[in-house]
Amino acid sequence: MNTNIIEVYNLSKQFGDFKAVKDVSFSIEAGEIFGFLGPNGSGKTTTINMLTGLARPTSGSIRIAGQDGIMNIKRVQQIIGIVPDESNLYEDLSGFDNLVFCASLYGISKNNRETRAKLLLEQFGLADAGNRPFKAYSKGMKRKLTFAAGIIHEPKILFLDEPTTGIDVENARQIRKLVKDLNNTGTTIFLTTHYIEEAERLCNRVGFIVDGKIVHIDKVENLMTGDEKEYIIEFTLDTHDSTLTKSMIQAFPGTKVSKIDNQKIRIILKEKTDLAPFIKFFEDSNKLIYEARIIRPSLEDVFVKITGIEIAKMKKEKDEKK
Amino acid sequence: MNQAIAFMSILMKDMKTYYLKPPNISWGIIFPISWALMFFARSESAVDSRGILPGVMALSILFGTTSMLAVTITFERKSRSFERLLLAPISLNLLMLAKTTGAIFFGVINAFIPVLFASFMVDLSGINWLAAFFGVILIAVTSTFLGLFIAVSVSEVFEAQTFSNFFRFPMMFLCGLFIPISNLPALVRPLSFMLPLTYGADVLRFSINHTGIIQPWISYLVLLAFSFGLFLISTRNIKKRWIY
Repeated sequence: MNTNIIEVYNLSKQFGDFKAVKDVSFSIEAGEIFGFLGPNGSGKTTTINMLTGLARPTSGSIRIAGQDGIMNIKRVQQIIGIVPDESNLYEDLSGFDNLVFCASLYGISKNNRETRAKLLLEQFGLADAGNRPFKAYSKGMKRKLTFAAGIIHEPKILFLDEPTTGIDVENARQIRKLVKDLNNTGTTIFLTTHYIEEAERLCNRVGFIVDGKIVHIDKVENLMTGDEKEYIIEFTLDTHDSTLTKSMIQAFPGTKVSKIDNQKIRIILKEKTDLAPFIKFFEDSNKLIYEARIIRPSLEDVFVKITGIEIAKMKKEKDEKK
Repeated sequence: MNQAIAFMSILMKDMKTYYLKPPNISWGIIFPISWALMFFARSESAVDSRGILPGVMALSILFGTTSMLAVTITFERKSRSFERLLLAPISLNLLMLAKTTGAIFFGVINAFIPVLFASFMVDLSGINWLAAFFGVILIAVTSTFLGLFIAVSVSEVFEAQTFSNFFRFPMMFLCGLFIPISNLPALVRPLSFMLPLTYGADVLRFSINHTGIIQPWISYLVLLAFSFGLFLISTRNIKKRWIY
């Protein structure tokens, strides 16, 4: 049975001579958190805009919850929620009035929208600030209220564009928890972020987009294990030098060994191996072993490896934009 | 029902939030009141005051509605809160009607401010109030959609105000309010008949002073055609420029 709630085929968007999104195809299963990762200008926001009805695709097709996402966009908008990358609620309205207003756009009755607004203010820790105008909110509070406005009508699918950018650690943690809680209730989440560790923590699957093209899509666990199935073990010794590295390569043919610093040495294996011979080798070489640990590649490492884009540069670009 | 809830909510929010915004107060309220007072003060007789009433009413509507739209659309577009409305499950036509209805009300209210002033100075008997009221509504609708057309064409509130004046001030002098169209140079006269305010002001003159030069039903039809055309162009521009 097809459980895909979003299906995108050969989606493209052209602005004059510039092709912002190039024949992108992907699908998202109901109930999953899908992360869309890529640098500035890679086509993430344009893709979200096409999926939510804020931009018209040049070519391709979109199906959302069985509906044609281009022809029947107004029906689709009834079941999707959007949290944009900027808090765009009404500055002069209070937090409560903003939520009530957003609920009314989905045709929710007065009593129901007021009840829902109160509930969300409570859930997002904003109950005390409910009567304050939006302009008096801190950046983190604004972000949380914008999030609450995105789910006021209990959407089946939530599009989150950079939900934690530019806010403090505590508020970012709260938002991540809210994303997880929401997903646990069955909401499908489409997330774009440039915080790779955030995607690693939250997403079931991620897609990397560079220059308008999806270069890789996979489950986070598969990406972390990698295609090459490498097992990296890092030993911390009292001290070592290049002679030890050379003799290790001779003693364990086919094993990659690299010196990290004067104490740390990394052994890269093709399969899980008994560590006893390595420990014996260090003991025979009169080395003290302080620590031995398995090194798992982070999603960040995988992203850099696949896309060739440095994360620090990507973050800097985003923060400058903000 | 869902659409009606959204429509009413957008309308009420705009009225609550924007009626007293600075550009509306200065251009939409203070300016027409000043005009009204200035003309009434300069009138040498009660007959004169009644003679200029249609013109002052038409200008109050024009300035009130176009100022309101410059704020409700351009301001929200700038702050990106307008995106929230475009992403809501309501049709673009209904959304734009909801955004403009508040301005139409504002224009109608503005039209009766000069009437209120005049009522203290002039005998207002013999006015065809029904015809005047229809005229006021149609001028308000046309001016609002002109404001919408302007608001959709710019990106800053000050640009909207400047661009509005580009239409408002020439209309003031070419629509026959202060200089009769027959007294205008022959070359300029056709231009007067291309402006919606000419027909609106004429309807008001007809219903207030019985001195109009165009049959009221023709003016009503022309105003309706202007309204429809401006709304159509504006929504097309939104689809083209904002849902890119």
